[in-house]
Formats: sequence, structure tokens, C-alpha cells
Amino acid sequence: MTPLLDVQGLSKHYGGRIGCADVSFRLYPGEVLGIVGESGSGKSTLLNCLAGHLGPDSGQVIFDTRGDGPRDVLTMSEPERRMLGRTDWAFVHQNPRDGLRMRISAGGNVGERLMAVGARHYGEIREAAADWLGRVEIAEARIDDRPSAFSGGMQQRLQIARNLVTGPRLVFMDEPTGGLDVSVQARLLDLIRGLVRRMGLSAIVVTHDLAVVRLLADRLMVMKDGHVIETGLTDQVLDDPQAPYTQLLVSSVLQV
Amino acid sequence: MIHVANLAKNFTLHNQGGAVIPVIAGASFRVEPGECVALVGESGAGKSTVMRILYGNYLAQGGSVRIGGLDITRAAPREILALRRETLGYVSQFLRVVPRVPTLEVVAEPLLALGRPEDAAFARARDLLTRLRIPERLWSLSPTTFSGGEQQRVNIARGFAHAYPALLLDEPTASLDATNRETVLRLIEDAKANGAAIVGIFHDLAARDRVADREIDVQAFTPRLP
Repeated sequence: MTPLLDVQGLSKHYGGRIGCADVSFRLYPGEVLGIVGESGSGKSTLLNCLAGHLGPDSGQVIFDTRGDGPRDVLTMSEPERRMLGRTDWAFVHQNPRDGLRMRISAGGNVGERLMAVGARHYGEIREAAADWLGRVEIAEARIDDRPSAFSGGMQQRLQIARNLVTGPRLVFMDEPTGGLDVSVQARLLDLIRGLVRRMGLSAIVVTHDLAVVRLLADRLMVMKDGHVIETGLTDQVLDDPQAPYTQLLVSSVLQV
Repeated sequence: MIHVANLAKNFTLHNQGGAVIPVIAGASFRVEPGECVALVGESGAGKSTVMRILYGNYLAQGGSVRIGGLDITRAAPREILALRRETLGYVSQFLRVVPRVPTLEVVAEPLLALGRPEDAAFARARDLLTRLRIPERLWSLSPTTFSGGEQQRVNIARGFAHAYPALLLDEPTASLDATNRETVLRLIEDAKANGAAIVGIFHDLAARDRVADREIDVQAFTPRLP
């Protein structure tokens, strides 16, 4: 099977400081990869390099495009990469304010992404927006409200709807449940898990929350000081960690 | 179906002075289709460790574990995921689920993950929940709020939803009342009759005698300390 994403030797330095170093992995269709590590471990740098938000110093990010098969995203032209970001890729930010337009309506936020890929029929766009609000459990009556009038959990669900409306194949998520109440987190996890399965999505989820990756991710990558220090099946890495740092990380979680 | 050869397992505790604790050495056994094998031995002898290695949850340091032709000690994560989806089931003692997911969906999930039609998957889930006497009014609720015994029965229903050719059972009848215990033993007997290769840990001796064809004493695999 062709991997959806094939990352080879990806490195990014900030001056003399390591962002991430020599990261290689493959992601297959339908897989959810979790990336864990403490603050400053390089996981967000890696995610942003993969998603084209940051330019890495070296390496390859080969994506299996719909039209032309596997292509290195890093050597694509900027318009091509931007098109990918609007169609096959989605990026869910930790802070919904970074992924939403706060001054336009909820329906507009979802519709805008559709218009960016050529949808023009107002009725159809509004219908698709209403359908997606329903899927992320936002009442249709709120379609004309601005996200600034929404709770944090609703904003995060709206951001997910905006991202998934174009039927992407790969979703990048940066701490998608960070900063939310645990009850809201559970609801969001249920939603993400359901969407991943029903839409056959692949996802890369960066988080420091080991409980979140245990429930969401098939595979895990543990990062420390910019390096990948351990990889494997999620439950195996969490239950039988091999690297000293992973053992420390797992044993540091408070039990409830 | 399950072929374990010369298996070895150590735990290295890096944060406790790098202590290396050998727990299993030279474990070899086979389980054929339609056969149920009980792992026996004192508490701490390594029964659960063996089960977890068979499921790919613990890494082995040596030897091989072939299940349905795949050596899980060397397989890539996605190969183990596919094996767990299609071939290898595991009923653990603890239910771990995404909060808020209804019980019916928790039980149907292994079938949905295999791409089975929703109506067939949910019909099977309803049948199992009925047989395991989980009241219908609870099916739409998340099992995270259930009692320990109810959670265990949901876990069993989920573990038996798909007819896995290889099945690992960790104390499947612990803390069940007589009626539910009988139901679980029948599920195990049905799985055997359908050709499943089963490895189980049973502290319930009567249950072990009834379903297990033979016993493997894991103390034979306990490394001798110098």
C-alpha cells in the first residue's frame, strides 16, 4: 500500500537551536498518528513543517496526491501547496481563534472553505454548512451567529466543521482538546473518532495529553529535544515504554 | 494458530538505576484452532505478561510469536493493528472506551471497524447485550457510568462481537453471577466450536476445567536468577 504521507529526514533549526531533527515516518490511509512530548520537544515545529506553515532546512514530505500520486510537498509551488491546504489537508489549531474567522458567521466560516474550492451556489453552500454544523452538534439556529458568541468547545467544533467540509484526506491537529473542560474534551474526542472512522481520514495529532492519544491514536511517536526517541503502537508505547524519557513521561501521569 | 517459540521478556527500569528484571525466558507453546489453553501459575508468575506479549501490547526481547502467520514480535504497527481487527481478539479485565459513546456502539465497534454493515453490527451487539443481561435502557448510555460487573459484561460482549480466529481471555468469568457466568462459558464454548484458538487466564477453577483443554504453567518460563 502507498503511504499517504512519507516523511524522510525532516530537520528544522532555529539558528543554532534544534526545532526537530532527522524525523522520518510513514502514515498510511486511515491511520491516526499521535505525537507526544513535553513543551519545547519539537512536536509543534514538526507539525508546522509537515503542514507547510514552516519551511524545514532539509528532508522530504511526500504526499500521495489525488491527481498526480506521491509528490514532495516541500518542492511544490506555493499556489499548489495552498490548494492542498484547502482541499486534501486540514489543520485544526489548538486555539480556535487561529483557525476561524471571528467576524463572520458560523455558516460563513464553513461556507468560506467551500467557496475557496469553487462552490458558488449560495443555497447549496448554506445547506452544506447547516449539515456540518449538525454533524459537530451545533444547532442550526446558530448558523448566523458569529463564533465570538460561542463557547470554547463550540468554537473548536466549528473549527473542525470548517476544516472537514471539503472532505480532506489528512488532518493535522495541534492540541485539539487543549484548554477545554474534560466533559467538553470527551465530547470532542467522540466526535473526532467518529469522523475519522466514517470519513476514512488519516490524522496527525500533537498533544501532551497521554489519555487523549490512547483513545485517538493508532500509533505513537515520542519526541524529546527535537528528536523522535520512541515509536510504536500506542498501547504498547504507553504500557511498555522502552526509552528512559518515555518511562518517565508515562509514570508521571496522575491517576484518577 | 498461535505459535510461541523461545519467548523472552525483560523489563528495564531506566529511572530506577537501569535495573533489568527478567520475567520470562524460553517460553514455547502452541495453540491449535478449536483449542483452549489455560495459563496457570502463582500471582506474579507472568500470566498477564504472556497475554500482553501475545496481543502486541508488550514488546518481547527474544523469540517469536506467530499468530495466523504473522510474527508479532517483528511486525510493523499497522500489521498488528490489522491482525487485531481481523484475527486476534482480547477480553481484558478493564473496559477502556471513549467517554460518551453509547454501549451499543461500544459493542458493535469491532464489527464496524471491519466495515460490516451497521444494521448487522448493531443486531449482533443487541443480541450479545441481551444474552449478557445488560438492561436495554442502558444501551444508549456510555458504559463509563456502569457498575464494575456491568462494565465487565460490556467488555465481554465487545470481545465476542466478531468471531476472531484467535482469542485472549483475561479472567472472563471473574465477579460474574451464576447466570452470566454460564452465558460467558457458552460463548467460549461456541467460539471453540467455531475453530477459535483461545488462550485464557481463569482463576475460576470450575470454569477452567470446563473450557480449557490443557494447562500451561508459566512458572516453567520464569527465568532462574543467578
